[in-house]
Amino acid sequence: MDFTLDKKHEMARGLFKDFAEKEVKPLAIEVDETEKFPRETVTKMQKFGFMGIPIPKEYGGQGCDPLTYAMCVEELAKVCGTTAVVVSAHTSLCCDPIMTYGTPEQKEKYLKPLAEGKLLGAFGLTEPGAGTDAQGVQTKAELTEDGKEWILNGSKCFITNGKEADVYIIIAYTDIVLDKKGRKTKKFSAFIVEKNTPGFTFGTKENKMGIRGSSTYELIFQDCHIPAENLLGARGKGFPIAMHTLDGGRIGIAAQALGIAAGALDRTVEYVKERKQFGRSIAAFQNTQFQLANLATKVEAARLLVYKAAEAKRTQQRYSVEAAQAKLCAAEVAMEVTTKCVQLFGGYGYIREYEVERMMRDAKITEIYEGTSEVQRMVISGDLLK
Amino acid sequence: MKIVVCIKQVPDTKGGVKFKPDGTLDRAAMLAIMNPDDKAGLEAALRIKDEDPENTEVTVLTMGLPKADDVLREAIAMGADKGLLITDRVLGGADTWATSSTIAGALKNMEYDLIITGRQAIDGDTAQVGPQIAEHLQLPVISYAEEIKVDRDAKTVKVKRQYDDRYHILTAKLPCLVTALAELAEPRYMTPGGIFDAYDNQDLVTVWGRDKLDVEDKNIGKAGSPTVIAKASDKVAKGKGETVTPDSPAAAVDYIVGKLEEQHVI
Repeated sequence: MDFTLDKKHEMARGLFKDFAEKEVKPLAIEVDETEKFPRETVTKMQKFGFMGIPIPKEYGGQGCDPLTYAMCVEELAKVCGTTAVVVSAHTSLCCDPIMTYGTPEQKEKYLKPLAEGKLLGAFGLTEPGAGTDAQGVQTKAELTEDGKEWILNGSKCFITNGKEADVYIIIAYTDIVLDKKGRKTKKFSAFIVEKNTPGFTFGTKENKMGIRGSSTYELIFQDCHIPAENLLGARGKGFPIAMHTLDGGRIGIAAQALGIAAGALDRTVEYVKERKQFGRSIAAFQNTQFQLANLATKVEAARLLVYKAAEAKRTQQRYSVEAAQAKLCAAEVAMEVTTKCVQLFGGYGYIREYEVERMMRDAKITEIYEGTSEVQRMVISGDLLK
Repeated sequence: MKIVVCIKQVPDTKGGVKFKPDGTLDRAAMLAIMNPDDKAGLEAALRIKDEDPENTEVTVLTMGLPKADDVLREAIAMGADKGLLITDRVLGGADTWATSSTIAGALKNMEYDLIITGRQAIDGDTAQVGPQIAEHLQLPVISYAEEIKVDRDAKTVKVKRQYDDRYHILTAKLPCLVTALAELAEPRYMTPGGIFDAYDNQDLVTVWGRDKLDVEDKNIGKAGSPTVIAKASDKVAKGKGETVTPDSPAAAVDYIVGKLEEQHVI
């Protein structure tokens, strides 16, 4: 077992770090304050291949691996949680399911431009009455009599990249069947929906605590006709498709959480060396030293789990438990580390200019979206007790 | 169209500078980056390639320690087609004369239409190697390029050259050598896939030792270097300077202007 990165991964990390420092960091405060989607940065990331890192070259991607992708999200999140989630939602939640379940025609039509950076992707599962409980999904898709189109009706909420995306993976129920106990159960299917499809509009823009620049919108479908060939995967297989997609997504969010934690720690290490109290830098106090030691150890533990999950995605068919552990750990570490970093900053930590307060606000969502920490515990314990 | 870009791996000044006892740089002990002027030269070459990718080949060449392989792979990850690493113990400790002789010795065994080098490297700051290579190869040289345009049909290159308070627009027949300024072009980022390609295809970088070079022994390495370094040191800390507190802003201006006149700055 070798825990050192090889040269290509080292160089890729250097690239992401360089890009994050030069292109992303200077805009992070503005993106947060104004809730402005970082379109210019996204255009640059599209140009330099950041939007298709783990996708094979034949489908317009970079032909790298999940680890490289995770490192990209991590480095972006060190300076801007918003920019990181744009990449994560696009790659894990839109490109990945088309890569895994798409037909050759769907890959050519949608995956290629998504991975090449010509289009931006999003994913819609959550609804006002359905988050962790997927059976609550009300969005419905009906096949027209001639079998040529699906008609979507319903709405999705809290959708990342909401109004900015071009292509959406939408989960809707297509059938109601009786389960073994004779209860009615919804069977879901996944669909690829293009922006500007008649009947597809946007509702409320969410005003959020953190990741404020990410475009989080409600999606509304009213008699929205989509071609039959835009069914992704088999009819009725939407739930496993969504769950598998979220397994991958959790690695992205875990990497985002890791980056937020590591970024806050980096800032704090710099700050405690400069800040003077009682005639010496606060880094000279043992409380500061021990706190930093604890935080650095937790960040490194989270990093190992995130990288392990990324490698598991590369080498294994199933990686649900690894992804859940990585996300559970990294998200909780992000919340703890950012909170303690704000404390180490003292009063300045509460001031926006110093950015660790933003990181603390950004960290919170990583414990919630793409499966709350409680859901991750269900996945992990479910595997233990099966 | 074949373009060779000469690049150098230089110490990253952020990592501190370390010297060997003989005064030459201890390159193995320092963090390394691609020299900024060379990177701009590479970007210029890649832009020429962007105009006609099918018919343009960009080769990056460097002389250095085996670890300089990384800087070639970085260039390939940015878009260069292949790299050539010139490395041999007998080439160590070279000054600009020995370096340019060695690189010219490699270029004599290569095909090229245009050679681009950086103006100067941030470690030595001599700005000599580029023009010296041109001299060894009997090529026209245009230095301090801020803009490079190639006319493939006429087989010429048009260069906007920085010159004190003005620019020169110069045209030269190919083959020729151009030295590039960092201002020439903002270098593009590598792509993640480019990095993977650069390392997954080990053959993209060729390694040449002394035996592959068309150069005389007397012109290589430390022994072939006429320059002798008397003494080298890291940056010397500056003194505290002079602190004055004039009575008014006008007095402060008078004081500063007086000092500047005294130093013949104005």
